[in-house]
Amino acid sequence: MADHDRAPGFETRAIHAGASPDPVTGARSTPIYQTTAYVFDDVEHAASLFNLQTYGYVYSRIGNPTVSVLEERLANLEGGRGAVCVATGHAAQVLAFFAFMEPGDQFVASRKLYGGSITQFGRSFKKFGWEAIFVDPEDPENFRRALTPRCKAVFVESLANPGGVITDLEAVARIAHEAGVPLIVDNTLATPYLCRPFEWGADLVIHSTTKFLAGHGHAMGGAVIDSGKFDWAQNDKFKALTEPEPAYHGLRFYETFGDLAFTAQGHAVGLRDLGAAMAPMNAFLTITGIETLPLRMERHVANAMAVAEHLERHPQVAWVSYAGLDSSPYRALARKYLPRGAGSVFTFGLKGGYAAGVRLVESVELLSHLANIGDTRSLIIHPASTTHRQLGEAQQIAAGAGPDVVRLSIGLESVADIIADLDRGLAAAS
Amino acid sequence: MNHDRYDDAYLRSILRDVRTIAMVGASPHWNRPSYFVMKYLRSKGFRVIPVNPQAAGREILGERVYADLADIPDPVDMVDIFRRSEAAGPIVDAAIRKGARVVWMQIGVRNDEAAARAEAAGLRVVMNRCPKIEYSRLHGELAWSGANTGIISSRRRRL
Repeated sequence: MADHDRAPGFETRAIHAGASPDPVTGARSTPIYQTTAYVFDDVEHAASLFNLQTYGYVYSRIGNPTVSVLEERLANLEGGRGAVCVATGHAAQVLAFFAFMEPGDQFVASRKLYGGSITQFGRSFKKFGWEAIFVDPEDPENFRRALTPRCKAVFVESLANPGGVITDLEAVARIAHEAGVPLIVDNTLATPYLCRPFEWGADLVIHSTTKFLAGHGHAMGGAVIDSGKFDWAQNDKFKALTEPEPAYHGLRFYETFGDLAFTAQGHAVGLRDLGAAMAPMNAFLTITGIETLPLRMERHVANAMAVAEHLERHPQVAWVSYAGLDSSPYRALARKYLPRGAGSVFTFGLKGGYAAGVRLVESVELLSHLANIGDTRSLIIHPASTTHRQLGEAQQIAAGAGPDVVRLSIGLESVADIIADLDRGLAAAS
Repeated sequence: MNHDRYDDAYLRSILRDVRTIAMVGASPHWNRPSYFVMKYLRSKGFRVIPVNPQAAGREILGERVYADLADIPDPVDMVDIFRRSEAAGPIVDAAIRKGARVVWMQIGVRNDEAAARAEAAGLRVVMNRCPKIEYSRLHGELAWSGANTGIISSRRRRL
């Protein structure tokens, strides 16, 4: 198909990108290459592989044929040049920053992030000597004001968890590029079906593939996708990509691999030394999930919209934060960046406060009370009593997880059943 | 022709038609990009003849290095240019004189005036691309590295 000028559509690529029939057996599904290592033809072949002079597999920590199919699938759907898959979304964040951060370096990050990322950036990254400077993303100029000469990246979520907050990607990308640093966008909640950050100037995209991409809640995974467009040589901040790499006898990744430099370094150095490889079985399950991503996201969005509209009319509900609603202050940004829908993860507030939140999550019978998002099943959590319970009330409110807040991840069940279950839970909480 | 993007069919036919490649700017140092490309193309059955005045008379991967394209005694199908864009002009003219059928300029190398002269002389031209990356992309190997090849196919690939 690539010989014709017509580019294949998203639905076609979601099924086929990266997954031609197995060249040896003709197997049409992607085989699960459940192997740790790969034989060398001879010493010369081994030397070429270790020197990165030829393509091939050495050890599944660095690369695996099933994982490669998922990498190409994700790179294709995001419109990127290449991808590195890792064990989890959190590992993807470590690998992305590890590519160019040194002790003493900083980056600017949105304050409106998944709570686990705030903890990872704010606490564990400090042990590597990497400092995150958090800013309120409401005004993109806040990123410019926070940038220092030691900053090497800007990090945001396209559609922020716990939901309802949309970042002005184009404005933040411009600010990052004026400072000569890449914009890294976590696109987990939106998926490339709803939002493609590279089209707005992002340079790296992060995914927890555990969520909507896999879609089924069966497999952990993460990915870093590179646009291939960032000029790593425009200043002296990215020496890990532009200067000789001692472990590869002085090879310079950017000079040698060009727009594939980040992807090559992510495998050859990042996966080699961080070791957070994705399991082939998880790659297979995720590949299978992505085949139905467009269909699922259409239904996720439609169900979420119906539930959000219902809750907005409910007498026990104080507010609903869903960017698909006309009442949302993010409606205009949603129209620009997520024209097919504002995802299916959002929060709402209960007039009955903390006690009502606890009773609601304990009363539902169809929605699952657990700490995940992006499943076929509808999910519910009361952050103040679970994921955010270690924070004080002021910190909870700042994180969008105040005592009255309930987070939903709307699944693919019959929407009338989801609404009926919430109504039952709300009645019990009244 | 438009040199901002190339059809896969165009690149595939070039890589299928050429057998002998003169590589101008080939380095004898094993960790240089040109050495990577020469070694890879040799492993795929191409003969690669290195051209580099600094290394003339020596050998790279068993092939004698020539100081100039005109010094190569054998016919050459394609000239691959590992030099900066400004230096590509005279090399393209030498490629035309040598009787090459294709001029290929590496990633970062682009000289539209020289390309127009080559095309007027009947040569095919590729600029700002790498034959190693394009060969491996079209034959499936590049996908092993996590790259987006853009290939969508229900056909079993030739190994």
